[in-house]
Amino acid sequence: MSEEQQNQTEVAPAPSLEVAPGPHLHTTKLSTRRMMADVLIALVPLVVAALAVFRMGAVMQIVVCTAAALVAEYLFTAMRGKPFSLGDGSAAVTGLILALSLPGTAPWYVGAIGSFSAIGLGKVVFGGLGQNVFNPAMVGRAFVMIAFPAAVGASAYVDTSSVVEAVTRATPLTALKQEGLPTSLADLFIGSTNGSLGETSALACLIGGLYLCIRRTASWEIPAGVIAAVAVIAGLINLTDMQAHWTVAHHILGGALLFGAFFIATDPVSSPLTPKGKWIFGAGVGALVMLLRKLSGYPEGVMFAVLIMNALVPLINRWTIPVPVGGPVPEPKS
Amino acid sequence: MSTALQERPGAKTFARGIHPAENKELAEHQTIEVVPSPAEVLIPLLQHVGPPCTLAVKTRDEVSVGTKIAASEAFISAPIHATIDGIVGRPTVATLPNGRHVEAVPIKAGTQKNTPEEIKRDFLGGEWSTANLERFTSEQIVAAVREAGIVGQGGAGFPTSVKIALNPKKPVDTVLVNGCECEPYLTADHRLMLESPSSIITGALLTARASGADRVLIAIEDNKPDAVAAMEKAATGTPVKIVVLKTKYPMGGEKQTILSSTGRVVPTGGLPLDVGVVVVNVASASAIARAVLRNKPLTHRIVTVTGAGIRSPKNLLAPIGISYGELIEFCGGLTPDAKRIVAGGPMMGFTLGSLATPVTKGTSGITVMTSADLAKSEETACVRCGRCVDVCPLNLVPTKMALAARHHDWDLAKRYHILACMECGCCGYACPANIPLVQLIRMGKAKARE
Repeated sequence: MSEEQQNQTEVAPAPSLEVAPGPHLHTTKLSTRRMMADVLIALVPLVVAALAVFRMGAVMQIVVCTAAALVAEYLFTAMRGKPFSLGDGSAAVTGLILALSLPGTAPWYVGAIGSFSAIGLGKVVFGGLGQNVFNPAMVGRAFVMIAFPAAVGASAYVDTSSVVEAVTRATPLTALKQEGLPTSLADLFIGSTNGSLGETSALACLIGGLYLCIRRTASWEIPAGVIAAVAVIAGLINLTDMQAHWTVAHHILGGALLFGAFFIATDPVSSPLTPKGKWIFGAGVGALVMLLRKLSGYPEGVMFAVLIMNALVPLINRWTIPVPVGGPVPEPKS
Repeated sequence: MSTALQERPGAKTFARGIHPAENKELAEHQTIEVVPSPAEVLIPLLQHVGPPCTLAVKTRDEVSVGTKIAASEAFISAPIHATIDGIVGRPTVATLPNGRHVEAVPIKAGTQKNTPEEIKRDFLGGEWSTANLERFTSEQIVAAVREAGIVGQGGAGFPTSVKIALNPKKPVDTVLVNGCECEPYLTADHRLMLESPSSIITGALLTARASGADRVLIAIEDNKPDAVAAMEKAATGTPVKIVVLKTKYPMGGEKQTILSSTGRVVPTGGLPLDVGVVVVNVASASAIARAVLRNKPLTHRIVTVTGAGIRSPKNLLAPIGISYGELIEFCGGLTPDAKRIVAGGPMMGFTLGSLATPVTKGTSGITVMTSADLAKSEETACVRCGRCVDVCPLNLVPTKMALAARHHDWDLAKRYHILACMECGCCGYACPANIPLVQLIRMGKAKARE
């Protein structure tokens, strides 16, 4: 080695090169973590509305559910000997969505148990993030709804002794179902009615939901499908029964419909992959919501509608395999 | 060809696709430079789709630039020529960037008859008259292109003479010259359009004459307005039309270029010929003009050497067979943080295992990525966000194909049309979970074909 070469080696250390498969460019704009952060950001208006209407009940439920979800995620991943996945934010999202789907009046252990079932039964048993068939938060909610009907059922929403004014009244859907009473659209839109924490303000759901759709963290086809199906079915009901107290607008703004359409049905893991599949899925959720609202014993049906459609996702994916540009691959000539 | 096909204009773009950072500014203003003749070139005997060529010269034979050194009787083939003046060495084996080992022959440089300036003038400069091209028959053009060893220079390496020949079964009405160069970083085609536009126009007209087409289009993305202007100017007075397409990756993919500029959809598994189109890259068109008008074989090509890992990015006119290492050296060498040396562009290129790898007829560039370009990110679980579906230009479901391949479920992979995938890399670029989609799909394709 000549002296000059030696000098060069000292000045510039040889780069360490690697061989790797392409593409060698990756978008830096998006990661799983960023998508989860988007959901949390989008939930801020709902949390604000919940705190404004339900006060301490909301604080308690949100803190308990989110904390329990994080603890559950930690424990279950430790049990499975997997690397800790708290950093991806998915457990926080599940916990917060579960909290917002519960009444503020439910006791703390209901939220905690719901969170543990959401993470454990809803996600971990299937193999963790990305593997679950059902929306984890709705699995948790279904669990506590069946386990604690008195604490989460329709009657549990009302606490006549509460200092929070909204909680002393029946939820709009219960009022409709049991007494045939309509609720003013303005109340439903701004959010001053009783209900689950996240559903009270249609406005907050729309703001958060639109943010998610613009960020494309949620696929707009799903909420569009849900709302379109509800609008069509509620419209038909109105046409056949002019006395119906709830108009199309009531059905869309009332209950958990917008919360469910924008935040629950749009969970990418448990919804279809293709735009066509998303439309079918959304419309299915909307139709089932209306079916449950009209015919079931429950006043609201978003949770069951989403869970039922979740179960159909593999089938929908199979039905909606897109045809490649240029048509299917021709069979090899034998 | 039915008039229905002719009437439909292209929409200038195609559905889905991506917009990666182009980073073309690194090299796009660098005038093409000729690399001084290296001490030795290593020329692979397979640089095209089809059977390899057999050596037509012996060790210690004296050859000069353009001497045919290898050829094949096969219809789908292209002969290979000496690219420097010198002495033939002992045949050996070269490893190409895609990992394939092929027979290769070294040539040791003797005294070079032409100076770099003469090589460049001969390659790009001078007159490329479009007058009186009718004096060439289709057969003459095809024979000249075959003799010159021209293959598709966009990368695939299909012998051009086969592509442009008159095909009685599948008549052609359009010649589409591809100047999209949609790969980020690469600027070789861009520089060629700026520095030798008339050679491309002449080559395009000759291709039309060979294939019997009556329409000649040159497709350029709208991120190269100077190239559009240069080509428009050179096309004045000829029937050649410049089509400006939206900038989007992978616009330069043959099927996307055809769809965007003519509205025609090439069937899956089919060829442009099936919709009456012949596509040639701008560099191939220029080589066709050189072969027919100047009787010069394909001995040199333009290679972009670029990326943040290269000290001074350049566009080089390099003899085929020169090593990647020498081109990098000529551009000032690597920076200390260089991490991956990619043969081609970053989307579809392969990383090099050795700097001794020779440049071939299909080498469009060398992109050196730094550790900063390749911010390390762990693979996480697929959350089925569908971003890969949103960007796939062929309307496939990459995550399903990759998952099926990972689980060795070849039937499921086929049900999702895995064999239609062209491996453009859009899905891998867009995936927020950093799943190696393209690698899995590539493996799945190989297995699904079995």
